Amino acid sequence: MAILRVENIRKCFGKIEVLRGIGFSLGRGEVLSIIGSSGSGKTTLLRCLNFLETPDAGRILVNDRLLFDAAGLVEERDADVHRKRLHFGLVFQNFNLFPQYTALRNVTLAKELLAHGQADFRKDKTRILREIREEAVSLLDQVGLSDKADAYPHQLSGGQQQRVAIARALALHPDILCFDEPTSALDPEISGEVLLVIKGLASRHFTMVIVTHEMGFAREVSDRVLFLDDGLIAEEGGAEEIFGDPKSERLRSFLHSVIT
Amino acid sequence: MSFAYVTSKLLEGFGLTCLIFAITLVFALPLGLLVAFCSMGKHRAVRYASKAFVWIIRSTPLMLQVIIVFYGPGLIWGTGSYLPRLTAVIVAFIINYAAYFSEIYRGGIESISKGQYEAGQVLGMTKRQIFFRITLLQVVKRIIPPMSNEIITLVKDTSLARIIAVKELIMMAQEFISANALIWPLFYSGVFYMVFCGGLTLFFGAIEKKLDYFSA
Repeated sequence: MAILRVENIRKCFGKIEVLRGIGFSLGRGEVLSIIGSSGSGKTTLLRCLNFLETPDAGRILVNDRLLFDAAGLVEERDADVHRKRLHFGLVFQNFNLFPQYTALRNVTLAKELLAHGQADFRKDKTRILREIREEAVSLLDQVGLSDKADAYPHQLSGGQQQRVAIARALALHPDILCFDEPTSALDPEISGEVLLVIKGLASRHFTMVIVTHEMGFAREVSDRVLFLDDGLIAEEGGAEEIFGDPKSERLRSFLHSVIT
Repeated sequence: MSFAYVTSKLLEGFGLTCLIFAITLVFALPLGLLVAFCSMGKHRAVRYASKAFVWIIRSTPLMLQVIIVFYGPGLIWGTGSYLPRLTAVIVAFIINYAAYFSEIYRGGIESISKGQYEAGQVLGMTKRQIFFRITLLQVVKRIIPPMSNEIITLVKDTSLARIIAVKELIMMAQEFISANALIWPLFYSGVFYMVFCGGLTLFFGAIEKKLDYFSA
């Protein structure tokens, strides 16, 4: 069953049409990589999924539930949008950790704020907060940073910051975890530690959508790959198909230019 | 003319200086924030109005603003009755400093990267939560240096109150010139400003140090 269905997404910025009708679906536990040259619309597509941009047309369904429909766009209550967002997690290119909080607090904050809204929060406050904290500790452990729980972002390397950001996104248990060029701001020798964490998640069957320029990594980790060109899906298929046997001339020349 | 007597008269003036300073801060700090929000808001009319307000206030001398607030209403309505002098000074100061503070707030708020808001959004936070839990402290950290600068300027700007004969520190000191032909009390008054500003400098330095634990 498809966990995510995206239908005919279009998005213009002014007169420039960045997405010109994108549709795909994603099965539970699948890893989808989105590749393409800069300006092809990869990041915009990811931002549409996370409600950071509002598509001009199209629909987004998660677990067969309609989350977004440009045709029936009504003024939604703020709270509804916030609920819908929680189906998706997003790891940014520039980490965007909260600088005034420790690594641990970066991971717990959003979940604590959500817990405040729950009916039984008052009654069970200590237990709820303890559980959130324990889970955050274990998430930091999973990304290999159990010893950095009390460090502030500026005390961490880029790779460590990005791993905290991954733990932060996981804390809210998103159905689909999205990565926007997660290693583009990192030195090549540091990228590896972040990619390793993402591979670990893939082996545990997290559903992920990854925008990346790391072709070797995409080939290794992805079940499926979308090649975006000029706002359209120019080619899609399994990782081996896309990288081993590209059909279109456009994809062949793209792969040639990024790999050599 | 004893040193003790001069000191006691200057302290009297200094009390008024402190009063103008304190009341101006108490009202101008929140009012400035309101103006800042207006100048960044969605409504075009409100935005232009607040930008025009800041432009007018920042492009005219504070001394002139004090005079206008004091004489203006009486002249406009032809009643010939004026606001109490001290009230006029404080009103003019609050308006003037709110305009300057609003620009400092605006600069601080706009300097926070869009990524911080977006990170909060994708984590399901509301606008309110993002402001209070994420951006506010970062804004405070960034505006402390320009704010301390502006607030230290306010200490010395209080001397403009003498233009409508409010007996603050400088005016008190000047009276010794006309009444007793003494100039040294005026020089001596500088010490009061220096001590006050020195204290403020230490205070803001302490806040800066306290916010040093993170880098934003």
